[in-house]
Amino acid sequence: MSDTFSIDLRRYLRGGGHSFGVWVALVVVIVFGLMRYENFGGAYNISSFLNYNAMFIVIAVGMCFVILTGGVDLSVGSVAAFTSVVAAYLSPFGIQVALPGAVLAGLAIGGINALFVVALRIPPFIATLATMLGAKGGALVISGAQTIAIDWGSNFTKLGMEKAFDLLPWSIFITAAVVIALWIVLERTSIGRTVLAVGGGEDAAGMMGLHVNRAKVFVYILSGGCAGLAGVFLASGFGAGQPLEGIGWELSAIASVVVGGTLLTGGVGSVGATVAGALLLGLVFNILNFENGRGVISLSAYWQMVIRGGFLFAVILLQSQLSRQPKGPQG
Amino acid sequence: MNALRFLTIGNDMTDLIEMEGIGKTFAGIVALNDARLSIRPGEVHAIIGQNGAGKSTLIKILTGVYRRSAGDVRMNGAPLAISTPREAQDAGIATIYQELSLVPLRSVTENVVMGYEPRTRFGLIDWTAAHARTREILARFGVDIDVTRQLGSYSTAVQQLVAIARAVSLDAKLVIMDEATSSLDDQEIETLFAVINTLKATGVAVLYISHFLDELYRICDRVTIMRDGQTVNTHRVAETTKLGLVSEMLGRDASEIQAAGLTALSGGHGEPGEVLLEATEIRSKTGLRGASFTLRRREIVGLGGLLGSGRTEAARAVFGLDPLTGGTVRLSNGAPLDTPAAAIAMGIGFLTEDRKADGIIPDMSVRENITLAMLPRLKRLGAVDRERERKLVQHYIDALQIKTAGMEQPIRELSGGNQQKVLLARWLALEPEILILDEPTRGVDVGAKFEIQSIIRKQVADGLSVLLISSEFEELVEGADRIVVLQDGRSVTELHNPGVTESALIGAMAHHADAPDTKRSPL
Repeated sequence: MSDTFSIDLRRYLRGGGHSFGVWVALVVVIVFGLMRYENFGGAYNISSFLNYNAMFIVIAVGMCFVILTGGVDLSVGSVAAFTSVVAAYLSPFGIQVALPGAVLAGLAIGGINALFVVALRIPPFIATLATMLGAKGGALVISGAQTIAIDWGSNFTKLGMEKAFDLLPWSIFITAAVVIALWIVLERTSIGRTVLAVGGGEDAAGMMGLHVNRAKVFVYILSGGCAGLAGVFLASGFGAGQPLEGIGWELSAIASVVVGGTLLTGGVGSVGATVAGALLLGLVFNILNFENGRGVISLSAYWQMVIRGGFLFAVILLQSQLSRQPKGPQG
Repeated sequence: MNALRFLTIGNDMTDLIEMEGIGKTFAGIVALNDARLSIRPGEVHAIIGQNGAGKSTLIKILTGVYRRSAGDVRMNGAPLAISTPREAQDAGIATIYQELSLVPLRSVTENVVMGYEPRTRFGLIDWTAAHARTREILARFGVDIDVTRQLGSYSTAVQQLVAIARAVSLDAKLVIMDEATSSLDDQEIETLFAVINTLKATGVAVLYISHFLDELYRICDRVTIMRDGQTVNTHRVAETTKLGLVSEMLGRDASEIQAAGLTALSGGHGEPGEVLLEATEIRSKTGLRGASFTLRRREIVGLGGLLGSGRTEAARAVFGLDPLTGGTVRLSNGAPLDTPAAAIAMGIGFLTEDRKADGIIPDMSVRENITLAMLPRLKRLGAVDRERERKLVQHYIDALQIKTAGMEQPIRELSGGNQQKVLLARWLALEPEILILDEPTRGVDVGAKFEIQSIIRKQVADGLSVLLISSEFEELVEGADRIVVLQDGRSVTELHNPGVTESALIGAMAHHADAPDTKRSPL
């Protein structure tokens, strides 16, 4: 056990996973926030920050799997918008129906992506672009382009508001459970390692007798399901199904994955670093809000975006510098 | 049942693998027709044949990549039904492909255990056990490396051993090695041979595919020769001669080949003319420390020497790829050469050693690959003259006998030998006066080798001058008018044909290798 741990730690410190930089940046940003803002580490900020970012985290983790195979899923934002409407419609039946229903809708759209990419061999970029438009249209059609209010009388509202174990909202626990489960899937199961092998060399993986297509189907369905779950969080967080939301979410998710050191070509990356990447991107907004709150500066949302872009660039630069590992021993 | 059969017929004649009457047709084209192969447990069995002879098709049928159209495959006497690589692996047939079929981005351990990972009692991958198993298997081959590192951080040789380790960990009964030594240096080849002997000693059979006949005599027990989709013969290697094997492979008479020499470079090609190129005491940061040689019209000058003696470096310097730090390279008209563009403009071509990295553009067609470098010359009124381009390409396809489905076929679909001919055509189309050929026949089969050599010879007879680098002594000894022997970046001596023998060349290289600096080039 300790042997495994020390090996993994060494791999991280050596930057073998290309993900050292994101952890450094995350610690720096958190320490900066704690020192500069009184309420940064307060229960309210932590709870609301995580609650709001839960949907981005689950989407990013799903995206991470897709990118690890060398693919991409552009449909996630639209899928979340679509399933938020589904969840809102199902909310009168309670969380026990609305949550699985919306996730199922996401899985189904993920299944369509898998069909396009694996069975019909359409490049992922194009296939998921098509479902992105399709899901967007579907969300507008079933909602009549209106936000659909959730049933405030049902237990659906508890998801983002009621604290589990008197600690944090349920959505955060669900997210944590999903992240841990997927971390185990990637690191410790065959399908997870196959995902990595496919991204590292699809032909080679096939030659090794691995189930390449199965792994690809898995990641697109998984990503769809994650986006479906994000839609549930969206509906509960805003109190309504949001057919117009989700624009650009796929790019934020890709950014989180990349900041986490995952290669866009696939083969190398981790769930943990992706979560760190998503937290980091969220924290930049959080800190800018605090900065605005101090009244010294006042940045518009547009400028915040510019700053986030610059920050993204800086972290990726940091990553590439830190992950420059010396070439291994030859022979 | 298998065990019983094994016992009843249990002598050394029991075959591990038996393939009989194998046929394979691709869209109406016959690739295999009545091919046979039998492999005994614990033997090293070679398959040889020209490209297109059906070697790889036969092997792909055995490994489940293709399905046979006819014939039977048996393993230990029992019928074997394999339709995917996975099933072949499970049956104990592992393949180490020429292009390594491993995942360089993942760790050594993952590459060894992937698909067959040891599990904990919760069903999760047990990495501690996986690392230990990987270390243990590699240790059997005398390899001690950090198995948690990315496979890609190790040399090709280590990667190949990892591929073999994977085969062993899957309990393979047969390991197929496809051109396993093609990217290894001498010492690494020795290590590989030691590993093959270890496999043999444990009863694992090895099916060995190689273009290098010398290796066959060192490591193989039996050899099967294929030609035109059929099995010609199977021999004990000890009972064969190199000439006999080549003649069976080509389907030509042994005496005919003997008369013509082992390469198609031998024989005169007219008297050399005036001096075209003169390199004097050239030095470079890449390791040249005073190399001198001349090249005359209608002449083949070989650059001989051991690996690292500066052969390729000299060629690169002449072509202007590496800047000189001393000495001069001069053309007959006095023009200095300092960039590849200048060299090409002056009529020099350079066919590089590494076809994949420097030569072909895989997804482009045969036509585009041929005319890439000369498009500016094909322009008429600013646009490429398609008609002229097509005529030119067709001319070279015919002249060089490039086997292709058509000029629009992507070059990656061609065999190695035909790819090399396309590259040769690319340079010849520029109508150069001097062509530098760095290992022009490496990695191509015997037949294509012959054809490429005849093309070179014909071009030289027509007035081309060639600077030839080759690791195959035969090519230099039979082909070059003069051989400049390089040692440690210096030219140390020069051998003149006719009269050069292989042992004389080796002697010259070895003599000077023992005592560098004692003798200088007579130039």
